Amino acid sequence: MTAVGAPSRTPDTGRGGGLRPALWAEWVKFRTVRGWLVGLGIAVLMCVLFTYLVANGIHSGTCTGTGVTCHSGHPAVPTGPDGTAVADSYRYLSRPLTGNGTVTAQVASLTGRISTNPVNVAPSPSATRPGLAGWAKAGILLTPTTTPGSSYAAVMATGGHGTRFQYDYTHDRRGTASDAAPRWVRLARDGDTITGYESADGTSWHVVGVAHLRGLPGTVRVGLFVTSPVAFRGQTGHPTQATGSFRHVTVTGAANGGWRSQSIGAGRADFYPVLGTGGARVAGDEVVLTGSGDIAPAVVQGVLGTNTVASSLLVGLLVGSIVLVVLAALFVTTEYRRGLIRTTLAATPRRGRVLAAKAIVLGGVGFVIGALAAAVAVPVGDRILAGNGVYVFPAGVGTVVGIVVGCGLVTALTAVAVLALGTMLRRSAGAVTAGIVVFVLPYLIGSNLSGAAETWLFRLTPAAAFSVLGVLPRSSLVDYPYTFGNGYYPLPGWAGLLVLAAYTAAALGAARLLLHRRDA
Amino acid sequence: MAVAGSQRGISGRDRVATARTVQRSVTQPTTERITTVSEQTIEVSGLRKRFGATQALDGMTFTVPPGRVTGFVGPNGAGKSTTIRVILGLDAPDEGHALVGGVPYRRLGLPLRHVGALVDAAAVQPSRTGRNHLLWLARSQRLPVRRCDEVLDLVGLTSAARRKAGGFSLGMRQRLGIAAAMLGDPPVLILDEPFNGMDPEGIIWIRGFLRSLADEGRVVLVSSHLMGELQDTADHVVVVGRGRVLADAPVDELVSRASSGQVLLRTAVPTEATAALRRAGLAATVVDPRTVAVAGVAAQRIVAVLGQEGVPFSEVSSQRATLEDVYLRLTAGETQYRAAVGGEQGR
Repeated sequence: MTAVGAPSRTPDTGRGGGLRPALWAEWVKFRTVRGWLVGLGIAVLMCVLFTYLVANGIHSGTCTGTGVTCHSGHPAVPTGPDGTAVADSYRYLSRPLTGNGTVTAQVASLTGRISTNPVNVAPSPSATRPGLAGWAKAGILLTPTTTPGSSYAAVMATGGHGTRFQYDYTHDRRGTASDAAPRWVRLARDGDTITGYESADGTSWHVVGVAHLRGLPGTVRVGLFVTSPVAFRGQTGHPTQATGSFRHVTVTGAANGGWRSQSIGAGRADFYPVLGTGGARVAGDEVVLTGSGDIAPAVVQGVLGTNTVASSLLVGLLVGSIVLVVLAALFVTTEYRRGLIRTTLAATPRRGRVLAAKAIVLGGVGFVIGALAAAVAVPVGDRILAGNGVYVFPAGVGTVVGIVVGCGLVTALTAVAVLALGTMLRRSAGAVTAGIVVFVLPYLIGSNLSGAAETWLFRLTPAAAFSVLGVLPRSSLVDYPYTFGNGYYPLPGWAGLLVLAAYTAAALGAARLLLHRRDA
Repeated sequence: MAVAGSQRGISGRDRVATARTVQRSVTQPTTERITTVSEQTIEVSGLRKRFGATQALDGMTFTVPPGRVTGFVGPNGAGKSTTIRVILGLDAPDEGHALVGGVPYRRLGLPLRHVGALVDAAAVQPSRTGRNHLLWLARSQRLPVRRCDEVLDLVGLTSAARRKAGGFSLGMRQRLGIAAAMLGDPPVLILDEPFNGMDPEGIIWIRGFLRSLADEGRVVLVSSHLMGELQDTADHVVVVGRGRVLADAPVDELVSRASSGQVLLRTAVPTEATAALRRAGLAATVVDPRTVAVAGVAAQRIVAVLGQEGVPFSEVSSQRATLEDVYLRLTAGETQYRAAVGGEQGR
């Protein structure tokens, strides 16, 4: 009866050996309640299931006639050299250039017209008004092929952004010339190095930018181009057209082939809304090109839809979060309900340590579950959307990893915050309710508000963290209303996570204070 | 760090003493009283605590030395549980302090190695197995996993170890709670109502168990409302009421102090017996047709007198007070919940 085994009495450190024993104890507590482990599985399943259901409800296609004949699919969206979606539609007057050489021209004038019909109504030449888009472009372009999405380098005059040297869609350098025409531009090839110049008078030149286009073939096409992107008035986009007049066009180097005028990327199957395909006219020294479209990163543009690898994940993440909110609340409130908290605090009298250990365990579990759910749900949603003919913006490995890690952090921070609420309220029902109200409800409210209110909601409330799902491409080179209504979150993902982290930290601080002050 | 620990916590000498004590308990039968004096004590000094309008603790002061079982009794609301929670650092007193081995509980590193406590046997997560309940506690104190199996064996729960604690009877939960208290093999044990829900076999077991813990030189503080159990178990008792100590004395002393010294005599001839006793100068009165009460004299004297006088009698019994009598007398003015105490009295 009294065979009390003597435990190996390791010398007491007097500090309880730091956080690790408490951490280990809390982990054992979590993993030894089977219901909670099942709950974690349910959280992942719910996330994947709702992602599937949402993706399954999104279709894309074109219907003809009475709508009986529908074809699933989306228009062609070119992919740029870095794998992202691009717009590549313009009027091109070009000739082959073998080896090194230069092209020089004076952009004498740049004018434009804007369709009075929005992008979803077929444009007509009669329904237009004069006007020049800010990113209307006229200049010199070099490209190995005219296939949409191919590599290029160009120097150009723009409607409202000065002289620019751009290459491969995302790279941009601004020159010094004002928008007041005329200005001179020159593009020089030396091996893989392309240099863009500008000049006010055609005699003194300075460099705007340099590009190294690797693997450029010996013979490329060089020539003049004009294009003009969709212009937005409020939320409504209108296709535009620009006309550029060039003088003093000279080409040096082995440019022997004849000039050819082409409309690039403005076919029926191409996604970018254009106002006519334009044309080219040579009158003596003057070359006049009319074009419509853009050479830039593709953003939603009102025609592509807002589907990304993360877009169908949202509802699943919300539902999965709710399951985690319940588990996080129970992890501490059951201890209060059963009186087990006294055993816990007697075993670890430094109460901050108990809270920290619980937070680390729940944070870790929340992160793994959120990341796991996202890692499973993203390919599921992606595949379903692709099967439904929906255009999904391409995402690199980095983007997907960002979403997976971001979702993990959202669920981890939410779980820890709810743990803090549970510690404060000591009641399961109260903690679950508060957790859902504070950490899930703002999103549901926000998605039904409009304008400034929703923008602030996604900046100031914990819902800001859902910005980690905002992976729609945006570009300073494209004028577009990057609003929540168009699928763009007001904060970048990391900033949204910081907002949630601030709430979590505040809740933890309050919980720690109360835990210290109150009797157990 | 180890040096800091030995300064702050129990001294190194104490630890050695405790270890020796425990070692002896393993190798020797417990009938031999081990005389190792540990410096471990529970010291409660001037505790005051108010919950709203209720003064739960009102100058509670007592010391529990090692080597004996100290009972801790009082009516509901007397402040027993609050005192225990203050000792364990769970509740903060408004005034006063409680020390275990000279230090406040909250400053103990790995406290379950110093103090084992059973506060509430119902405090288990129902879906966790008994063994896993001990496992997380062991982890929190850096104790080896085998300690879980050892204490389960100690309390006789080995066969139920892998069952969910939610399915345990109250008696089994008490055993699990005692196992948890013993996990760190602590020199100080505090058990709140360990007899609750125990079957007779369990009560006998726990009585012997507490005895052996005290014999090993540990500090043992046991609260209970079952006076009969404490009378047979405790060496010393602290009686409390309304947040104060009413009595703090050895059980024997309390009982004899309260005993009236009255002897009851069963006889068929009460009148003759009374007359004979009065002749011998004893204060005898007839209580009922078969009983005579004699005050202030030992039973042997009465037997001698009656033998000389040739008065027949069937039984002589000296009326010794029980701990329950003592308790009821002490707490008569202190009872806050009379109905509850009345119920206990009826046992």
